[in-house]
Amino acid sequence: MSVLLAIVFGLLFGVILHKVGAANPHRLINMLRLKDFHLMKVIFFGIGFSSLLLFVFSAAGVIEPNFSVKTAYIGVGIGGIIFGIGWAISGFCPGTSIVGAGAGRKDALVFVVGGLVGAFLYMLTYGSFKSTFLFDKILGGKVTLADTGVEKYHVIAEGISSSLVAGGIAIVMIVIAIILPKSE
Amino acid sequence: MKCLLKEREWDWKISGVALGLIFLVTVMVVKPIGVSTQFVILDGIFWKSVSSELIVKDDKSKTGYASSNAYLNKSSGKYAQNVDNPLNYSFVFVIAMIMGGFISAKFTKNKDEEDDGVLPQVWKDTIGNSTTKRYIIVFIGGVLVLYGARMAGGCSSGHMMSGMMQTSISGYLFAIATFISSVPTAMYFFSKKES
Repeated sequence: MSVLLAIVFGLLFGVILHKVGAANPHRLINMLRLKDFHLMKVIFFGIGFSSLLLFVFSAAGVIEPNFSVKTAYIGVGIGGIIFGIGWAISGFCPGTSIVGAGAGRKDALVFVVGGLVGAFLYMLTYGSFKSTFLFDKILGGKVTLADTGVEKYHVIAEGISSSLVAGGIAIVMIVIAIILPKSE
Repeated sequence: MKCLLKEREWDWKISGVALGLIFLVTVMVVKPIGVSTQFVILDGIFWKSVSSELIVKDDKSKTGYASSNAYLNKSSGKYAQNVDNPLNYSFVFVIAMIMGGFISAKFTKNKDEEDDGVLPQVWKDTIGNSTTKRYIIVFIGGVLVLYGARMAGGCSSGHMMSGMMQTSISGYLFAIATFISSVPTAMYFFSKKES
């Protein structure tokens, strides 16, 4: 059952990433050069829209989402900086390179091979720094702004309605998506 | 209604709704989308095929698996377990994404004839027409992106989209860090050619 769902959702996600233009490195590079905001609008709208419905549905008891919050630690920031450099020079991230390769882009395929090497280098080096400050938690680690209702996750805006907190952030993101110009 | 599958690219509003919906539906039904971990799993599958001692069954571990590699062994051998059983949700999801990209491209009418799938227009305009140079740079890009994503514990899907959707601090931290480095890098790297 879960494998069948994986096929359906993976296929849909692949089609969507391709159709929104995320697997097109020209679009991505120009977004990062602040010349073309198509993808930025899509990303802001997508996060805002999904977050709003997620927290409102969850608070109304319509659904019980499978929240899974990742830990915040120093390495998220440092890893993010390394990630950003590679992202900018290539125009791909892990998901879009996979979709791009499927769509027949040769540069995306080379990126995937590079990615496998990068992940392998991480596997080889992880043991040498796994006990360092890199993994020091920030704000308690698994923490969110809005209350997910999941006991083990810390909440910053504690005691405030989660629909209000997440909804407020979501609306700001949606407004940004609407007012951003399509291009410079 | 026009067939959405035939369009080369969707308008930003349709795009935003579609992207939002797939992240929402997956977190409701299964779990948040993530991609970069599966590069480790595939590496593990390759590695295991040449080294039979890499993954071992271990009754003392919570998952029942352990690995001689510190990374595969972390979180009670969670990755080691997935390497040994690749037919799990997250791995199959990523394999299906390849098919999604393939299908989407196949159905696309009016393809961008300028784009040969190697050199993006912005690359030609600023760097030039050497495909070798493009391949070298994307390869290095892939190494940096996956090394960084594994250090950060997620990528654009897991941290940025799924994370910020849940208002997770790790998601905001990752998004800010990536933009701090990617925007200046892109601006510098793709600055106009001297002519």
